[in-house]
Amino acid sequence: MDLSSINPILLLASLMVAATPIMLAAIGELVVERAGVLNLGVEGMMITGAVCGFVVAVGTNSPWLGFAGAAIGGALISMIFGFLTQFLLSNQVATGLALTLFGLGLSALMGQGYIGIKAPAFPDWHIPILGDIPVIGPIVFQHDPMVYVGIALVAAVWAFLRYSRAGLILRAVGENHEAAHALGYHVVRVRMLAIMFGGACAGLGGAYLSLVRVPQWTEGMTAGAGWIALAIVVFASWRPGRLLLGAYLFGGVTVLQLNLQAAGAAIAVEYLSMAPYLATIAVLVIMRAGRAPGSLGQSFHASR
Amino acid sequence: MIMLEKRPQPSRAWTFATPIVAVLLTMVFGGLLFAALGQDPLVTIRTIFFDPLFSEFAWFYRPQLLIKGAPLVLIAIGLSFGFRAGIWNIGAEGQYIVGAICGAAVGLAFYPMESFIILPLMVVAGALGGLLWAMIPGLLRVKFGTNEILVSLMLVYVAEQLLASMALGALRNPEGMGFPGSRNLAQYPSASSWITQSAGMHWGVVTALIAVIFAYIALSRHIFGFNVRLSGQSPRAARFAGVNPGKLILICMGISGTLAGLAGLFEVAGPAGQVSIDFNVGYGFTAIIVAFLGRLHPVGILLAGGLMALTYIGGEIAQSNLGLPIAAIQILQGMLLFFLLAVDVLTNYRITSARKAH
Repeated sequence: MDLSSINPILLLASLMVAATPIMLAAIGELVVERAGVLNLGVEGMMITGAVCGFVVAVGTNSPWLGFAGAAIGGALISMIFGFLTQFLLSNQVATGLALTLFGLGLSALMGQGYIGIKAPAFPDWHIPILGDIPVIGPIVFQHDPMVYVGIALVAAVWAFLRYSRAGLILRAVGENHEAAHALGYHVVRVRMLAIMFGGACAGLGGAYLSLVRVPQWTEGMTAGAGWIALAIVVFASWRPGRLLLGAYLFGGVTVLQLNLQAAGAAIAVEYLSMAPYLATIAVLVIMRAGRAPGSLGQSFHASR
Repeated sequence: MIMLEKRPQPSRAWTFATPIVAVLLTMVFGGLLFAALGQDPLVTIRTIFFDPLFSEFAWFYRPQLLIKGAPLVLIAIGLSFGFRAGIWNIGAEGQYIVGAICGAAVGLAFYPMESFIILPLMVVAGALGGLLWAMIPGLLRVKFGTNEILVSLMLVYVAEQLLASMALGALRNPEGMGFPGSRNLAQYPSASSWITQSAGMHWGVVTALIAVIFAYIALSRHIFGFNVRLSGQSPRAARFAGVNPGKLILICMGISGTLAGLAGLFEVAGPAGQVSIDFNVGYGFTAIIVAFLGRLHPVGILLAGGLMALTYIGGEIAQSNLGLPIAAIQILQGMLLFFLLAVDVLTNYRITSARKAH
């Protein structure tokens, strides 16, 4: 094995790229869970976003329109989950699983004619001045725009939950839906909006995989990224700041194992590929999660 | 304005009717999907749901029903205990893989010796493999409060990598010209799980039927089944009744892991024949649909497993005869679960108009 072939600057730079899809999906799910809804369909929404984004980007030759299409696709498919759980009061765990199974099938069908095609290029930004700083420049300031969109979204969600009135209402709905309802807030409406936001974010995360990270469409390409995003929300104790940390930690493990594979480590490729999943389990065990939102996973039915 | 009003008791009639309504709705919307794909909806629906049973080639497809149905029923029976108690093992796919690897490894270790003891030993190894793989999320949940949904699912991806490593490394056929995949166990008489291959009968089918009977007795006639149901409906009441929640989690995870491991073993020693990279085809996930479609009831699961096996076989026929993409069947299965969950609202709620309620 040739460890010197691993360039630490490139490693840290690709860490930021590897963390982005998970970060996007996880920040959406964080909002959903803070509203008291457990949507286990992140994987299904992500892969739907991946295929929608790819189809639109190839069709219009614009990655930006692709991302827009992915967000819309993810939001639309999340509405199935929203309708079933919020209006028909179905079990959230089962409905989320159904969404994942459905999304995997739907994406395979939609992506049939797109296997082997390359996505239109999505050039990196070289941010002037900042990008020229030695070491830090290439690590932090020379990425494609979606990396910064992801970070901005996390910051926006943090500010929204902490400082805005709407964020307060959303948290109230998630903590105690009966009380929020008694105060006159529309529990179902808030939750539907949160679910839609979660779907759109998961869609963006999926499209980041198919348009930037891979960049191709293959069936089942999310390979558990949606589930890891769910784990990171738990790891983050439902707080945006720690979510950022979790996403980078995970990105680090992924990139490191890929680099070790490339450097010809003595460990078989299959065992290195297990690393992200094992790391997720380890993190779930070691990190004691904080308190979950009070009404998480419970159906709300306004009785009278 | 349409309103929902909670029923004092779940409706018995709707409990039985919802799966049927969901299947009919899936046929209607599936037909629309097939029409959108440029197929004749009626022909496609007939090909999927009726041809495997009643066409002139049905003699060829009926054994397939047992082959595809057995693992689904076996895994779903195991899952139903946990699902009833609110313990979500969704990593059955991983337990299925590990069961197959462990069982096959024992069988391959004896090759080419012939003895009646080999298959029973493989069965034990397969069951233990699935059990141990399920104990990881179970123990982590009990000891550290870790979410069993996420851990069991992560372990599916780990198991898939393990499978690849085994097919390419330790269990690879030494006489296989370097191709990935193990020796064919189905052609090794002492290790084969086939009873009558032409009829689709293998020991997995027998085990699935035994599991259905045992699950029925355990759930309806035994204190364990009562505790499981009680824990699902009211965890607090269950604790007062003396149910140890940690023990219940481990038992439920253990049952589902063991049965999934057995399903994997019987598959690898019979229908699949060998440990290969693409050995697992998603039975562990489809079994979740089967468990819900069967209303978590053993007899219901038996019927649901048959129906889901039908869609697999019908889907293959529709793929070869009509050129229907296989992904359409996956959508159909997902749709079925959606409709089932949607219609289920009628079991617990009654639809009333708001004006009448005032």
